[in-house]
Amino acid sequence: MRSFSYERATSPGAAAAAAATTANAKFIAGGTNLLDLMKLEIETPAHLIDVNDLALDRIDETADGGLRIGALVRNTDLAADRRVRRDYGVLSRALLAGASGQLRNKATTAGNLLQRTRCPYFYDTNLPCNKRKPGSGCAAIGGFSRQHAVVGVSDACIATHPSDMAVAMRALDAVVETVRPDGTTRNIPIAELHRLPSDSPEIETTLQPGELITAVTLPKPIGGTQVYRKVRDRASYAFALVSVAAIVQRDGSGRVALGGVAHKPWRVEAAEAELPGGAKAVTARLFADAKQTRDNAYKLPLAERTLAAVLREGGA
Amino acid sequence: MRFEHSATFNPIDQLKVIGHPTSRIEGPLKTTGTAPYAYERHDVVANQAYGYVVGAAIGKGRIAAIDLDAAKAAPGVLTIVTADSAGKLGKGARNAAPLLGGPEIAHYHQAVAVVVAGTFEQARAAAQLVRIDYVKGDGKFDLAAERDSVSIPDPTIGGPADTAVGDFASAFVAAPVQLDATYTTPDQGHAMMEPHASIAAWDGDKLTIWTSNQMIAWGAEDMAKTLGIPKENVRLVSPHIGGGFGGKLFLRADVLLAALGARAAGRPVKVALQRPLMFNNTTHRPATIQRIRIGAERDGRITAIGHESWSGNVSEGEPDMAVSQTRLLYAGANRMTATRLATLDLPEGNAMRAPGEASGMMALEIAIDELVDKLGIDPVALRIANDTQVDPEHPKRRFSQRQLVQCLNEGAARFGWSKRNAKPGQVRDGRWLVGMGVAAAFRNNLVTKSAARVRLDQQGRVTVETDMTDIGTGSYTIIAQTAAEMMGVPLEKVGVRLGDSDFPVSCGSGGQWGGNNSTAGVYAACTKLRETIAQKLGFNSEEAVFADGAVRSGNRSVPLAHAAGAGDLVAEDAIEYGDLAKTYQQSTFGAHFVEVGVDADTAEIRVRRMLAVCAAGRILNPKAARSQVIGAMTMGVGAALMEDLVVDKRHGLFVNHDLAGYEVPVHADIPHQDMIFLDETDPISSPMKAKGVAELGICGVAAAVANAVHNATGVRVREYPITLDKLLEWLDVD
Amino acid sequence: MAKVSFDVNGETHQFELDTRTTLLDALREHLHLTGTKKGCDHGQCGACTVIVDGRRINSCLTLAVMHQGDEITTIEGLGTPDALHPLQAAFVEHDGYQCGYCTPGQICSAVAVLAEVKAGIPSHVTTDLNAPVRLTNAELRERMSGNICRCGAYSNIAEAISAVAGRSA
Repeated sequence: MRSFSYERATSPGAAAAAAATTANAKFIAGGTNLLDLMKLEIETPAHLIDVNDLALDRIDETADGGLRIGALVRNTDLAADRRVRRDYGVLSRALLAGASGQLRNKATTAGNLLQRTRCPYFYDTNLPCNKRKPGSGCAAIGGFSRQHAVVGVSDACIATHPSDMAVAMRALDAVVETVRPDGTTRNIPIAELHRLPSDSPEIETTLQPGELITAVTLPKPIGGTQVYRKVRDRASYAFALVSVAAIVQRDGSGRVALGGVAHKPWRVEAAEAELPGGAKAVTARLFADAKQTRDNAYKLPLAERTLAAVLREGGA
Repeated sequence: MRFEHSATFNPIDQLKVIGHPTSRIEGPLKTTGTAPYAYERHDVVANQAYGYVVGAAIGKGRIAAIDLDAAKAAPGVLTIVTADSAGKLGKGARNAAPLLGGPEIAHYHQAVAVVVAGTFEQARAAAQLVRIDYVKGDGKFDLAAERDSVSIPDPTIGGPADTAVGDFASAFVAAPVQLDATYTTPDQGHAMMEPHASIAAWDGDKLTIWTSNQMIAWGAEDMAKTLGIPKENVRLVSPHIGGGFGGKLFLRADVLLAALGARAAGRPVKVALQRPLMFNNTTHRPATIQRIRIGAERDGRITAIGHESWSGNVSEGEPDMAVSQTRLLYAGANRMTATRLATLDLPEGNAMRAPGEASGMMALEIAIDELVDKLGIDPVALRIANDTQVDPEHPKRRFSQRQLVQCLNEGAARFGWSKRNAKPGQVRDGRWLVGMGVAAAFRNNLVTKSAARVRLDQQGRVTVETDMTDIGTGSYTIIAQTAAEMMGVPLEKVGVRLGDSDFPVSCGSGGQWGGNNSTAGVYAACTKLRETIAQKLGFNSEEAVFADGAVRSGNRSVPLAHAAGAGDLVAEDAIEYGDLAKTYQQSTFGAHFVEVGVDADTAEIRVRRMLAVCAAGRILNPKAARSQVIGAMTMGVGAALMEDLVVDKRHGLFVNHDLAGYEVPVHADIPHQDMIFLDETDPISSPMKAKGVAELGICGVAAAVANAVHNATGVRVREYPITLDKLLEWLDVD
Repeated sequence: MAKVSFDVNGETHQFELDTRTTLLDALREHLHLTGTKKGCDHGQCGACTVIVDGRRINSCLTLAVMHQGDEITTIEGLGTPDALHPLQAAFVEHDGYQCGYCTPGQICSAVAVLAEVKAGIPSHVTTDLNAPVRLTNAELRERMSGNICRCGAYSNIAEAISAVAGRSA
């Protein structure tokens, strides 16, 4: 871990401004991913801006009946919030499927969205990785890729986004609120927050340098049966091989987002029109442009079968 | 004391203390965080500096240039040791690849430098500044690809490369029912929770190392040899070991680098291997390819059994002896085994819990289940039908004890085996396809010399000193129980000091030999102390009775505290063995029963019930012994369902080299485990009449899981681990 | 270097630390409270679990300087060999450990798990998110899954915790 200077920010605007004016600065909140990567010098900030003192740890009801989740709300608190459990069950379930009790107590809403991939080649600084060292190549392609992405991949990167929470938020049409270094704020639909790897996998989100996530807003509840199903070898404390977030309405309509298959939570709204046709029809659309490896080809049938199970559970 | 004849009645048979489920005597220390492990010995020496290890970035090749300027200039750096500056180093007798690489690189993450600084943070940061240019060599990393260019090894342990009895080839061809199947097991990591760690301090030419090591005498000896210094100048201290499983049997890089760092820095240095380094830097259980052929009569009797195994290792490394149990477990007149070794440039393969049998039983006990499919005989009945009470290669040589049949029968009754549907894929519980599986458990019992020293003081306290280690096995407790039983004192009056090379050399912890041999060594020392006491009191040592804190003969009784007199009474002795292990085959037996659920949609596999029934001689402490077995069962579940050090055959490394990537079971993977021991005493094994249990518990577990998965789904997976992607295409969509 | 002060087991400590120092290393290397273990240093094993302001966390993945004013409980704060916490005693009685290295983390986690259930925090295996949480067998095992025990004492650990929680595993 390289040496860094450390400050505790006092307001979101000040934090964003500091991030823009200090060379190689990073925000730190829960720290559960950032410190992991700093120890390996995959992340090498020269300055850390601790945002934990910012009053962003509330969950408030919005005027239109939704919820505004502060960026610093811990995963445990978000999952346990009575309104989230009642109205956004898929989100509570996704959070609880992730990590461990200890990690969920530290990890924050914003930090969870900004987690970096768990690709083992990204984690080993001796090996090529375009995400870690642009232009060095992708060791996962042609290597051990059982856990990697099957859709939205590029020749530069086949990493997945590891979050469970983000998959549920994608199904819920969450909106990410930010403040930029110049003090202006903006709302980013979660669909537009994460990028596909293309030829620049090192750029993972559409956030600008210094831009700070302050909250995530959930639209008013849409009801339905909400299911989050995470598939993994180990029964707990493991990342998803495939996960399915689904919200199924009585009339058979619904929403589906997948985790563990792409560089971002994977949702294709057009595919949801196929829900009456069942899981096969939906996944055919979701995976229309799939590009699997020998190691991870199983994810295509696995996602279909998992979705089928979820739809049964959802009563569709 | 030489043990040459079957044990008769002795003080251990009183079972006043031995055989009781005593809680561990060091338990209050472990549960309060006050049991000291290697890296945290702030108490032993002042002014400790921190070492951080740099591992090789390539799998094979050499260092072309190494630039330490930036690292040396970094804040707090005291010294950096590389092969260039380490001076001439030897190699321990038990190390295959050198612990400090350079210029030649033998394997990925082989240590190439240790950076020593005033703080951990400084050392870690400076280690990243070490610049090394490598020239990559052509390494061999693919066992399957090397299968045809293997050598016939000359194993030092576990038997010869080839064995043959009768005429296997003809009998197999002639058999009415034949099985010929090939299985693979992956490389596996010990993944003990405490990383390899050491603090080294020099006092002149004397070196003391507080470390985490299973075999103190081996470690001290190999340290001396590596450094080229006299053995008596090296002291190893290792009172608590945070897990080993074979991974800490040998001298590893942390010990050497701490010693070299301390010598160069001129002050004590501590080194812990970083977790992401451990899987490639240290040893692992090597992958195997195993071909098993069994010929049988239609009634299930085996007429021919052949087991061939291929594994790889660095040059000078040994093969995995996966065929071992096949020489002894089942009857059959015509038999063969073959062990072949490929030279690979992966990290060094070596012992991991039940080396040989653990891998071998993973394959053999699926093969037996496959034979069941061909015969239509119950898997328990088939195993019983092929029981043998003699060594099948030497029919005059009996097993000292062999209760395999009893284990199978008892287990079947307790597990509700009769409720199993023999036809696969028939039982459903909601979303779960449910199946049951069984496997035999088998592991040899090894006897080896072990010494101890026992001291009686004026308070009537008995203190045992031996370099035996407690790696979670319960050594402290069973040694205390042994001394208490022998000297006739309550457990509270016994102190046990372990893991110090200043103490008499024990058997150490490995190969499930620790429990029986180390306590037999204490038995020997206590026997000598009893004689010393009796002599001093003028008692006939044959007649003296040690009980209730006193020694009694006729109507004279003297409290032990008085017997010590003015000074302590000390006796030291070792147990040494005669030919009984040759005359008799000593093995431990068991049966594993497992019920799994396989998700009908996702093919996720979850273990629902587990039972082990074991027969392993006298159980010295049923509580600690049961823990050994359930722990081994847990590791067996890992082997069955998830553990796989994945080889990147291009770069030559285990890719998933941390505890997120190399998955081992967590709480949620393991149901309540049932485990029982059958009554047994084995007078052939030692005066303790005990045998090993800690490795028996893992042997067969993975196959029982695999067989249960087959019973649940009808899918036979022959490549471990059994993961959902290997089942999915065979499972019907609901 | 940065200054920070926090309470550990009821005692206030003031430090001037390298900002890179984790809470785990501050405890082990600076306070010499070595009961909290370093198993992986990357949040993958749970051996470093401590309780901060009533919540269990991995002390390896948090910086000491981020804990100004916090109240931290480590294994040493729960009990001593002569005065064991009920969970410590239960681990001894049920042999809920072998090598002992993960044990302090398991016990700190268990203390927090019982509190989490009491506080009604759901888990991955909670059947009904809108009903009160009960400490079932499955709940206990899921909630403890962030603490790896390679010796495989899980079955006994579950029994130890259940004994304290007042139900059988």
